[in-house]
Amino acid sequence: MTGGSVLLLILLVLPLVGALVVAPMTGNARGAKVTAMAFALASLVLTVITWLAYSPSAVENGSRFQLELSVPWIPAFGTSFALGVDGIALVMLALIAVLMPIVMGFSWNQEIPEGRTESGFFALLLATQGLLVGVFAATDVFLFYVFFEAMLIPMYFLIGRFGGPRRQYAAVKFFLYSLLGGLIMLASVIGLYVVSGTALGEATFSWVELQSIAATVPESTQIWLFLGFFVAFAIKAPLVPFHTWLPDAGAEAPIGAGVLLVGVLDKVGTFGFLRYCLPLFPLASQRLAPLVLTLAVIGVLYAALLAVVQTDLKRFVSYTSIAHFGFIALGIFAFSSQAFAGATLYMVNHGITTGMLFIVIGFLISRGGSRLIGDYGGVHKLAPLLAGTFLLAGLASLALPGTNSFVSEFLVLLGSFPREPVYTILATVGIIFAALYVLWVYQQTMQGPVRGAAVLGALERAGGPGTMIAPEAAAKKGAFPDLSGRELAVLTPLIVLIIALGFFPGPVLDVINPSVVATLNEVGLTDPVGGIQ
Amino acid sequence: MSEPSALTTLAQGMLSAPPIDYAAVAPLLIVLGAACIAVLVEAFLPRHQRWPAQVALSIVALGGAGLALGLYAGSSAPEGVTTIADALAVDRPTLFLWGALLALGLAGLLLIADRSVEPGGAILASSATRAAVGGGGGSTELPEDRSYGAPGLAPTMQTEVFPFTLFALGGMMTFVAANDLLTMFVALEVLSLPLYLMCGLARRRRLLSQEAAVKYFLLGAFASAFFLYGLALIYGYAGSVRFTEIANAAVGSPASDALLLGGLALLVVGLMFKGSVGPFHTWTPDVYQGAPTPVTAFMAACTKVAAFGAILRVLQVAFGDMRWEWRGVLWAVAIASMAIGAVLGLTQTDIKRMIAYSSVAHAGFLLLGTMAITEAGVSSTLFYLLAYGFTTIAVFGVISLVRNADGEATHLSQWAGLAKRSPIVAGVMTFLLLALAGIPLTSGFTAKFAVFAAALGDGMAPLVVIALVASAVAAFFYIRVIVLMYFSEPAADGPTVTVPGAFTTAAITLGVIVTLLLGIAPTLALNWAAGGGFVG
Repeated sequence: MTGGSVLLLILLVLPLVGALVVAPMTGNARGAKVTAMAFALASLVLTVITWLAYSPSAVENGSRFQLELSVPWIPAFGTSFALGVDGIALVMLALIAVLMPIVMGFSWNQEIPEGRTESGFFALLLATQGLLVGVFAATDVFLFYVFFEAMLIPMYFLIGRFGGPRRQYAAVKFFLYSLLGGLIMLASVIGLYVVSGTALGEATFSWVELQSIAATVPESTQIWLFLGFFVAFAIKAPLVPFHTWLPDAGAEAPIGAGVLLVGVLDKVGTFGFLRYCLPLFPLASQRLAPLVLTLAVIGVLYAALLAVVQTDLKRFVSYTSIAHFGFIALGIFAFSSQAFAGATLYMVNHGITTGMLFIVIGFLISRGGSRLIGDYGGVHKLAPLLAGTFLLAGLASLALPGTNSFVSEFLVLLGSFPREPVYTILATVGIIFAALYVLWVYQQTMQGPVRGAAVLGALERAGGPGTMIAPEAAAKKGAFPDLSGRELAVLTPLIVLIIALGFFPGPVLDVINPSVVATLNEVGLTDPVGGIQ
Repeated sequence: MSEPSALTTLAQGMLSAPPIDYAAVAPLLIVLGAACIAVLVEAFLPRHQRWPAQVALSIVALGGAGLALGLYAGSSAPEGVTTIADALAVDRPTLFLWGALLALGLAGLLLIADRSVEPGGAILASSATRAAVGGGGGSTELPEDRSYGAPGLAPTMQTEVFPFTLFALGGMMTFVAANDLLTMFVALEVLSLPLYLMCGLARRRRLLSQEAAVKYFLLGAFASAFFLYGLALIYGYAGSVRFTEIANAAVGSPASDALLLGGLALLVVGLMFKGSVGPFHTWTPDVYQGAPTPVTAFMAACTKVAAFGAILRVLQVAFGDMRWEWRGVLWAVAIASMAIGAVLGLTQTDIKRMIAYSSVAHAGFLLLGTMAITEAGVSSTLFYLLAYGFTTIAVFGVISLVRNADGEATHLSQWAGLAKRSPIVAGVMTFLLLALAGIPLTSGFTAKFAVFAAALGDGMAPLVVIALVASAVAAFFYIRVIVLMYFSEPAADGPTVTVPGAFTTAAITLGVIVTLLLGIAPTLALNWAAGGGFVG
């Protein structure tokens, strides 16, 4: 136990306490929201402190995890309540902490289904946050599994209680997919435990100890254990044959929960590849890498094509995300420190850009009342700021140079090319599709003359029955208004991050780099060409 | 056992009573003694005093037995003893199972004793018995017989249910401690007969309840016959009914293995029937549905503990060395049980039947632990039984609260939108269902983990994978109830949730707390379960 060790524990417990405080405030929606926001901001402050307390350079001196805390939990199973972060986990913690106040700010005035309370929504958001911190900070495989499964429950209720018309179907599908993956992983978790008992004499769940014996486990055993973890993470991430739950869940989830779901929760999958699959099963990872890379590239191309033909805005964002997850998986299974760093940075950037895309679309839907792309047109004439932010989020999503995603996508492709040229070239085609789907949706919804059922409907409502007001007068009458001050305030941090990380990714990469180099060493490989400096 | 010398001693009139370790068997004696006193109470106390007297007697008896158990467990040697001419084995697994049975029995008894949820209790009122039986009591009934309870009080229940419960519990405790097959058989009957009767005691839906009782009795009688036949074959093979001697004979006897294996098969069928392991589960849904819910709670939790305690002892002590002979068959049984429970559970529309199929699936998971002939196998099975018992009792406690004008509203459609009417009950039920599904931070997960780890450690990896897939399938029907409660709109004439009285509240609270504790801090219970092996 080091001095800073309680930091992670507080970071984990604080949102959970917040959830318990907020949940009973059913009669006082405003109080609940303010309290929840206070907890989210306190978590953000704590995360900043954690970031400052973390020392990237110490990783090179052998301290793989920092800010560690370990308390024996169930000695009979050899499991401990062990927390700790490396650079990869730390940036994920930062991503959650940044997104949470934004999500809350977005959801401040949302309409919730009849009979539900806002306190419930905000409490579930906080519960999700706490459990996600646990997932990223756990350094004990058993503890990780516990958080991995437990985080399903608040998200399940967020989708199922507060979502769109088909929320029940989406919530159950989400839960069952994740649970099935989790249970398959449980088989591997138990298997790993039994294997460690033979190798170490006493079975353990400690990640560090399991990693130390990883190289001695026979390859055939590793492949079985790897597959258990891989399926769970591939469902969570999601990679292509396991992805069908995400468009449903993403479309039916309330926007705030959708941001968390696609922005952070799905990153548990790719984080899991990097933290668990690669270091714990190095031989199996290398043996099965062609399989994963194939799935990744199929994902990039297939999901991009599907994104082009979507008619529903939220499903569109979900499919673009699946394409991005293909890039991340490509970077992870290309086994070079640059690609690892790119993939990790991609996880952060994707959370920011997709979060922004989701939120802007949420603003659009709250004005038009429809999720269909075809119901919108010429929005730029009515709400130029809304259209502008949509364009920015879209450009960031297609990795335009100068935005954050460009850095990560470039690093992934650069790092993957020396070892896997064919897959990399194929994935590059995905960038062209990305430009296609983003610009096409932008053009359909924002450009051209004012048209579309949702937009015209809004104008008609403002003008009274039968008399549609002219688009030029819309701003005055408050029909289809542009972004309000609160909405701009919600978007501003994201815009700043997109631009700042596009030009100065250094501070984040400095945190990530030593840990991904350590990961590469754990796999037992060296960079094909000169690694990161 | 050498017959000539036994005969000689008998002839000489020198047969002396075997020594009894009273401290070791005190919990058992207290429960059975209290059962006998309860019969006397039933015979001699006036009607309106019976309910309070029976409740007080039962609770004091279970408390006293628990105290005696605690005192003995603290002072006894971990390797255990056999007593009453080796008929009973009091070792660590026995003590653990006794403790579990007493605690679960207490919770079950509280549910049975409750008179607030259903006015007068879920158990049949006395006069109805006579009407139902139809035997000439009607016209000759004396006036004082007709009034049950003090004037102006709510109708009371058939208080015979208390001695039944105590006898059943005493039988279960003997069952798990039995060190030979004959004692086990007697205990089987002692625990079964009261249960058959208790199933038929429902105050409402009399026909369903009686059908359940008859079905349970007939099938149970068959199962007992199987057990007895198996016992006879094994005696023919080994020349003894004692577990250790069967184990010795199995290694070195020249007799035909057909006797042994045939006997084992029949024996195990009888035991699996009690544990409602598929494909011997056919009685389970009907009986769970028809019996009064508090009795179902008691039966579902305690019978499962007793049956698996006995299966564990039989497999580990008597047949552990020949596990390669029976393991293949039990694999098939376990897979069948998990598949039947998980798949048929999906199609159920009645929540009690759904939980019944869930219990069949759980029986399959439990078999994984019993098949692992290792220390971990024993301790994980014991832990699983404890965890499952408390969750189940609490589930049935909650089910008994959701009612409409016709009694309990057990059809799933009636549970729609329950969260809106009664968020606390829906929350508790959700937690318990997640525990049954095996979600982390509940006892269900810890227990499943322990059992699967033990099975994997003893070379049953494919079975563990199948079990996990079955868990995923089974999770669907638990989730379905949660979906109904939270995401559906309540029906206009839907059921109401009764505010439970102190007894039911206590039982549910106990179940929920144990479920939570075993999920987040299971160390103590795991250590108890791993306290020592069977006395051999």
